Amino acid sequence: MTKADFRTSAARAVGDTQLRKNFRRAMDGLMEKRTAAFPDGDELERLRTLGESIRSRSLAKLPELLVQLEHTCRENGIQVHWAETAEDGNRIVLDILKQRNAKTLVKGKSMVSEEMELNHFLEAHGIEALESDLGEYIIQLAQEMPSHIVMPVIHRNTAQIAELMERKIEGVSYTENPDELCKIARKVLREKFYKADAGISGVNFAVAETGTLCLVENEGNGRMSTTAPRTHIAVMGIEKVVEHLQDVPPLLSLLTRSATGQHITTYFNMISSPRRPGEQDGPEEVHLVLLDNGRSRILADPELRPTLRCIRCGACMNHCPVYTRVGGHAYQAVIPGPIGKILTPQLRGLDERGDMPFGSTLCNACVEVCPVRIPIVDILLRLRAEANGPEQGSSVKGAGAKRDGKEAMAWKGWQAMHASGALYNGLSRLMAKTGNMMPGSVAPLKAWTATRTKPRFAARTLHQMTRKRGVPNE
Amino acid sequence: MSDQSRNRILERIREGLPATPFPGSDFSVVEEKQWPLETRVKMLRERLESVNGQVHQCSRDGWVAELRNLLSGREVNSLLYAPGTEHGSELENSWPGNDAGLPSLLSTMEEEVDFRERVFDVDASLTGTIGGIAETGTLVLWPTTQEPRLMSLAPPVHIALLDAANIQNTFWETVNQSQWAADMPTNVLLISGPSKTADIEQHLSYGVHGPKELIVLIRE
Repeated sequence: MTKADFRTSAARAVGDTQLRKNFRRAMDGLMEKRTAAFPDGDELERLRTLGESIRSRSLAKLPELLVQLEHTCRENGIQVHWAETAEDGNRIVLDILKQRNAKTLVKGKSMVSEEMELNHFLEAHGIEALESDLGEYIIQLAQEMPSHIVMPVIHRNTAQIAELMERKIEGVSYTENPDELCKIARKVLREKFYKADAGISGVNFAVAETGTLCLVENEGNGRMSTTAPRTHIAVMGIEKVVEHLQDVPPLLSLLTRSATGQHITTYFNMISSPRRPGEQDGPEEVHLVLLDNGRSRILADPELRPTLRCIRCGACMNHCPVYTRVGGHAYQAVIPGPIGKILTPQLRGLDERGDMPFGSTLCNACVEVCPVRIPIVDILLRLRAEANGPEQGSSVKGAGAKRDGKEAMAWKGWQAMHASGALYNGLSRLMAKTGNMMPGSVAPLKAWTATRTKPRFAARTLHQMTRKRGVPNE
Repeated sequence: MSDQSRNRILERIREGLPATPFPGSDFSVVEEKQWPLETRVKMLRERLESVNGQVHQCSRDGWVAELRNLLSGREVNSLLYAPGTEHGSELENSWPGNDAGLPSLLSTMEEEVDFRERVFDVDASLTGTIGGIAETGTLVLWPTTQEPRLMSLAPPVHIALLDAANIQNTFWETVNQSQWAADMPTNVLLISGPSKTADIEQHLSYGVHGPKELIVLIRE
């Protein structure tokens, strides 16, 4: 596989008019819905302050909260597993399934399992993992990645989905009626829920105080996956824990209103233990897999730590002028958009995804809507500096990967020029005389002029003009 | 392996995080949301109806009659209910035979019948609720042995009983006032409307996995 490069894939994506139409329409709708869900600006700001405080507190107390969560979960009968890497996490899930001789499993939507590439891993070991969220089910049929964290198949329109379902599901005839398409999926998946040996889900919030796993959804497939099969395995990043049960309602309110403008989703499912004696349904076993996979490294840097406050609402992508024009796939990452641009390079390393922090106009729209006030732009700038800075002493994986000796020297020169009056005067006069003779179509100016018009140098410097005209009232 | 991983992860986090005391959070923005009962009932109703929920208000004793009206002549042939509960007994006592054009009652507690098989097969179910939330138009369910979790999920029609007096202002208030943290049940469910999806080009479709219809009877 060639190395992912946002610049190239974004350039390709902006040329796809159908894709742009699909995203423009969806993002406009989502922005409008969010605005309507927060009619009171004062309430919104106070809620954001509360959300930020809850998430920051959870991160500040993370070691003790994780130990507490482990303890309360075990008391409740939930088995807790720790995974340092995605590979470890996949192994843990596979071992649980193997021990129970589970061959089929249904999945609720989980971004962490996408990060682990769990489906591929299980498939390679002969276990079918079926996505049951309608959007995830469709992209699984298409063998694609999600293009949005809340609306995974937003890049396809109805006709494209209809064509896919006709081609991939036996006995289905072409229909562009979305209700009919839902019915088809319901029928296929019902059977699977009923028969599946195990269910896998993510976790939106895990409550340390009570050992409770919270799941947010509209469809009911998450409830199905965590209720119908005998074994339920939940996977979560270690940052998802919150301290108290009372921390959950404000976060839930911020999450659903920011994401889709809903006051609450259809279902909010709080799981605190497996089936107890006498109960007629629910899993007999519940497992919780806690995944680090680079998060502890992010946590150690106070400037980067706020990245982990994220509650995965997707508002940053809905409001991002870049995301709206290129769509989610251009990022070639599990989590696209502004949050993806800061999270992915930190998890995978700047050597692998150092391209991502540069794919931003720094317009700040994401920061303005983030329900937990993650300073995305500050972190983007920090990551750009890390990518170009020295490798030594950096807390970021792969720092210095984009360091270019010539560029570093150019900036050194720039700095020296601005530090000395004489040098500044001399060089700017030289540029006024010779600047327009520099060819724009060859390096080093080519990098700039490839997508921009070469600026014209004025015949006289500002200093020269000022000296000639004088400064009034000086 | 897991034990070593656990210790290494915790070690790494502890190293990177200086132990600094963190102030508690100010919950006043959620705490101050309070409305009189009448407003709460109205809010819950409006919110639920805005997401395609069907809400009917009736008297404390009139709910079975209301339910009979709602279901008569409809293509609902079976209704799953929980005998042994208060509302289960009330239902049994005033439910006429099948010839009245009403669904036949099926019990959740029949020993010779597999519950899972039954719940995936019935046309409708009736459950109680432990309360409601006005701000979001939400029903709160604590599934029990008699009324298991799948009862509010698998059948195409879910009918829920809600006592108006149990409608609280916010989710936050519900959690705190009822002191949930002291004794969480196996599973708590917040339900706000029928199952839905907007995954196909943002078109809203109901009943994708769970019930297509949610009927709420508010008893006043």
